[in-house]
Amino acid sequence: MHNLTLTQISQGLEAGDFTSVEITQHFLDRIEALDKKDGGFNSFITVTPELALRDAKAADERRANGNATKWTGVPFAHKDIFCTDGTLTTCGSKMLGNFIPPYDATVVDNFKKQGAVCLGKTNMDEFAMGSSNETSYFGGVKNPWDKNRIPGGSSGGSAAAVAARLVPAATATDTGGSIRQPAALCGLTGLKPTYGRCSRFGMIAFASSLDQAGPMTRTAEDAAMMLNVMSSFDEKDSTSIDQAVPDYTATLSDNIKGKIIGLPKEYFPENLDPEMAATVRTAISEFEKLGCTIKEVSLPNTHLSIPAYYVVAPAECSANLSRMDGVRFGHRCEDPKDLSDLYCRSRGEGFGEEVKRRIMIGTYALSTGFYDAYYVKAQKIRRLIKDDFMAAFAEVDFIMGPTSPTPAFKAGEKTDDPVAMYLEDAFTIATNLAGLPGMSIPAGKVNDLPVGLQIIGNYWQEAGMLNIAHQFQQVTDHHQQAPQGIE
Amino acid sequence: MEWEVVIGLEIHAQLATKSKIFSGSSTAFGSEANTQASLVDLGLPGVLPVFNAEALAMAVKFGCAIGADVNKVSVFDRKNYFYPDSPKGYQTTQLHHPIVGMGAIDITLDDGSTRTINVTRAHLEEDAGKSLHEDFQGMTGIDLNRAGTPLIEIVSEPEMRNAKEAVAYFKKMHSIVTYLGICDGDLSQGSMRCDCNVSLRPKGQEEFGTRTEIKNVNSFRFVEQAINVEIERQRDILEDGGVITQETRLFDANKMETRSMRSKEVANDYRYFPCPDLLPIVIDDDYIAAITDTLPELPDAKKQRFMDEQGLSEYDARVLTATRELATYFEETAEKCGDFKLAANWVMGELSAALNKNEVDIQGCPISSSNLGAMIARIKDDTISGKGAKSVFAALWNLEEGDKKGDDVDALIDSLGLKQVSDSGAIEGIVDDVLANNASQVENYISAEPDKRGKMVGFFVGQVMKASKGSANPGMVNKVLKQKLDEKC
Repeated sequence: MHNLTLTQISQGLEAGDFTSVEITQHFLDRIEALDKKDGGFNSFITVTPELALRDAKAADERRANGNATKWTGVPFAHKDIFCTDGTLTTCGSKMLGNFIPPYDATVVDNFKKQGAVCLGKTNMDEFAMGSSNETSYFGGVKNPWDKNRIPGGSSGGSAAAVAARLVPAATATDTGGSIRQPAALCGLTGLKPTYGRCSRFGMIAFASSLDQAGPMTRTAEDAAMMLNVMSSFDEKDSTSIDQAVPDYTATLSDNIKGKIIGLPKEYFPENLDPEMAATVRTAISEFEKLGCTIKEVSLPNTHLSIPAYYVVAPAECSANLSRMDGVRFGHRCEDPKDLSDLYCRSRGEGFGEEVKRRIMIGTYALSTGFYDAYYVKAQKIRRLIKDDFMAAFAEVDFIMGPTSPTPAFKAGEKTDDPVAMYLEDAFTIATNLAGLPGMSIPAGKVNDLPVGLQIIGNYWQEAGMLNIAHQFQQVTDHHQQAPQGIE
Repeated sequence: MEWEVVIGLEIHAQLATKSKIFSGSSTAFGSEANTQASLVDLGLPGVLPVFNAEALAMAVKFGCAIGADVNKVSVFDRKNYFYPDSPKGYQTTQLHHPIVGMGAIDITLDDGSTRTINVTRAHLEEDAGKSLHEDFQGMTGIDLNRAGTPLIEIVSEPEMRNAKEAVAYFKKMHSIVTYLGICDGDLSQGSMRCDCNVSLRPKGQEEFGTRTEIKNVNSFRFVEQAINVEIERQRDILEDGGVITQETRLFDANKMETRSMRSKEVANDYRYFPCPDLLPIVIDDDYIAAITDTLPELPDAKKQRFMDEQGLSEYDARVLTATRELATYFEETAEKCGDFKLAANWVMGELSAALNKNEVDIQGCPISSSNLGAMIARIKDDTISGKGAKSVFAALWNLEEGDKKGDDVDALIDSLGLKQVSDSGAIEGIVDDVLANNASQVENYISAEPDKRGKMVGFFVGQVMKASKGSANPGMVNKVLKQKLDEKC
């Protein structure tokens, strides 16, 4: 049952093959058996069986009353960055280890309206800062393909849960690659939409101008079904954009013949592992067989992405995380002596190392005397990066390359080397800086570990990206493969 | 050495919007702590600000009113600092691109002379909450009802040269924002607060001296006092050869001193940067034109009109237009009675005295402008005497709320028996009786030198008024008496 895709579950519910209560119970049992016990994946921070079964029952009743949607009764999970009314929302941090929001994020609300059944909240790097899920206060997450390896991050819990078939799909967020890189490392389909596509209201901010929600699924078809619900214009988010939401499932089968695919030479650098490069190129050649044209393009400012990102994202986070001050919610130190002590110890104890590192980098970058040299310059680089993409999209329909420079690495391998960790996102960060949509789909394996193919589209081209990804998945089976022992 | 004082003011005016600048919470004052604080005002994780268009309209209205450049693109910045009443750990404000650019206002000094003071800028920002240090033993309470109340911060050029000019400027700003209806102007509730930047320099020196900033002064009187004591403090230091430390200071009205706030305000680096949660505010000429069309008559224009069209003196016109409420009250009174000068005399005389004596402002005035106007109309048409009017005024002032007598001033005059006898026949009758009953005084009058007679009329007037129980119109009594007595000579 757990091998069913999201789309198949939706169809099964509609056909009456099983009830929502049955399928929900099935996944809850799997989570219980495989995730929470010692040696489990640890992909969930919070599991909410009572709520899930209550919602499943309500969904079955709704279906019986004849007003079910495609999503009614379908189980899934939320990344623990989305505020859920009455349910613990930690953002992977000790700081919010006791935070129960009194409201739902807009994305959460969108699923609720459909009668979808949320099973719990998935693990993540603390405040979405990390590429391996190792910065989570609630412990690392194991990659279902190799439990000694990390699942990627920051949406590592969502990725591991979907890869391990603990849920058919999960929400995720991506600030510099946090959907696409874990999708790649766990053999999944992950999509970061155009900035402004999904509401950020209720999604705990890391870097406001870069954060965007998106789906983590096994197939492009499922990602389309997810994106249909996640997308919405929201008056509560001033940066959400009032752009019509198409039915992303409607164009999946469109013919992709004649589409032009650009390969940026900067995404295939000389030091890229040859096996990685070969696997990605082999996948891209499938598009040629489907009638697409391949063309080399250049994104000359790619090398500036990481430096610019590590100014902008920390700068924004340094302010965004100031509200975690121990005053109104979250962790508060014992017996503060005075206000300064309250702030220093509450934050000192509540935040982990990586979060502190980024707050300090951001604070430094915004300081008097450095602002122009860092923040203003980084904003100029964002413009250059966007211009690179616009020049490329004048010639091609989509840009492709590897999602990450390596497959999943071993836990602990890069934890002492933040810069090596930051390089994990070398190919994904530029799209966030430009606000463009990017996605990762399974492209094959290196050393028995999944490798992701990244597809970058022009603004609002999610439907087209899902279309070509779906067509690729019609002629390949990478997305159907499961980690050993999962089937 | 002779010193020149340099003063610049930063005025914070709370905008009279129904809801907060970035949330839908009410801005009403005085509710129970934290009952007007939404998720956004509390700064909960995940919430986002949405800019209130009403605040924009009010800020633009202000810009138009002071003839300022209204910026078509303005940007919100985050000003980062930690304090418990600042729930997000930053204040959303406008640093580099304020909504209102350079403008100017004219201030009038006590001697009637005017000066133009340039306004550097005015920007939108959110107010902070309040820290409550009382009532919580060893702890501090936080009330976030005020957090997120929209403010405009109005920054003047350092062009004022003494405390009186600063007060005149503050008063003028108060008058403008209340005329515009964008701020209730209630200083006692913190609706308008003023930071005073003060420095001294040797007279003739171009370069500014080191300034201090006196924070949050909240009355006109305190502004004058705070600046004056600060000037004295700085002068003493400078004349002793000392240097002024640039710092923020607090005015203590009880001790009549300013003192350093350094302990709390550790040299902050606010790390301003554009708020990524809010889009730049973009407006066009049509928007500005539409706002301009809604501008009411402003104090300067109203004052000029009172002088030009109604013949009021500059002083009267200035006093009567000082606040929107007073001007409105006066205008309504004047229109009701049809005599601006008489209305001005009553509003600035009897009414102001009564308001001062009872310590109420014009909004709390127990006499409606309509009743005062109706009463003045009865003076004008000789129904009541000036003296009688004072009794009517007192009666109107002391009416209980809801007392129906206040609905009809004429009936009130009747019931008080203050209606003057202005009927010439009736007065002639009384005069004839008085003359007949005082034959010897009449004889004296006739035999007196003509230039002495004027003084002697007073006796007969008194007798006539007494005979009429004070109801005879004194003007007519005089006229009739003179006529009758002269006939006898």
